[in-house]
Amino acid sequence: MNNYELMVIFTPVLSEDEFKSAQKKYSDFVTEHGGTVVHSNPWGLKSLAYPIQKKTTGIYWVLEYNAPSDFNERLKIQILRDEQIMRHMITALDKYAVEYNTKKRSGVPTGIEKAAEV
Amino acid sequence: MAKANEIKYLTAIKQEKPKKKFSRFEKYGIKYIDYKDVEFLKKFINEQGKILPRRLSGNSLKYQRKVADAIKKARQMALLPYVTDLLK
Repeated sequence: MNNYELMVIFTPVLSEDEFKSAQKKYSDFVTEHGGTVVHSNPWGLKSLAYPIQKKTTGIYWVLEYNAPSDFNERLKIQILRDEQIMRHMITALDKYAVEYNTKKRSGVPTGIEKAAEV
Repeated sequence: MAKANEIKYLTAIKQEKPKKKFSRFEKYGIKYIDYKDVEFLKKFINEQGKILPRRLSGNSLKYQRKVADAIKKARQMALLPYVTDLLK
C-alpha cells in the first residue's frame, strides 16, 4: 500500500451533478480495488494557465488515496477512456508529503508561510 | 611613502558586504515542496515563467531539484504557464 495523489482537470461543460457523480465514480473505484480514500478536495472551476483542448477553464479535483502499487495502471485506463477528463496526474507521496498534506488540511503551519515572506 | 592606513580616497569605498545567500528550505525545515502551491513556486521563476538558477535563488542542489520538479508538475497541470510575459 502506497500513498498517492491524483489531480484531474475535468472539462468545464460539466454540470454540478455530473462533477459530483464523476468524483463518486473514481472514489468508489479506489475503494473497490482495495484502496482507501484519504481526502477529496474539489477545487471547482479555475482558469487554466494556457488553453487545453481549446478550453480556457477547467474543473479541478484533487484526491488523496492509499492503494496497492498495481492499482494506478487500472485507474489510468479508466481515466484515459473518460471523455470528461482533459488531463490527469498521479503523484506518489513520500512520508514528508503525507505529513505536509495532513498539516495543511488541519491548518497547522507547515513552514512554507514563513519562507514565502522572505 | 604613505602607510596603508593613511591613504585617503576622494570617494568613500563601499564597505558593505554582499548579503549572504541562504536556502530557505533548510532554515524553515521544509521537507516537501507542493506543486499545488502556485504562489510559493512563483518565487522561483522570472517574469517569463523560467526557473531561476541557483545562483540567484540561493537554493541548495537538493532543494533546487525539488523546486524544479514541482514547477514542472504545476506547468503540466496548467497551474503555471510554460511561456508568458509579465507573470508578476
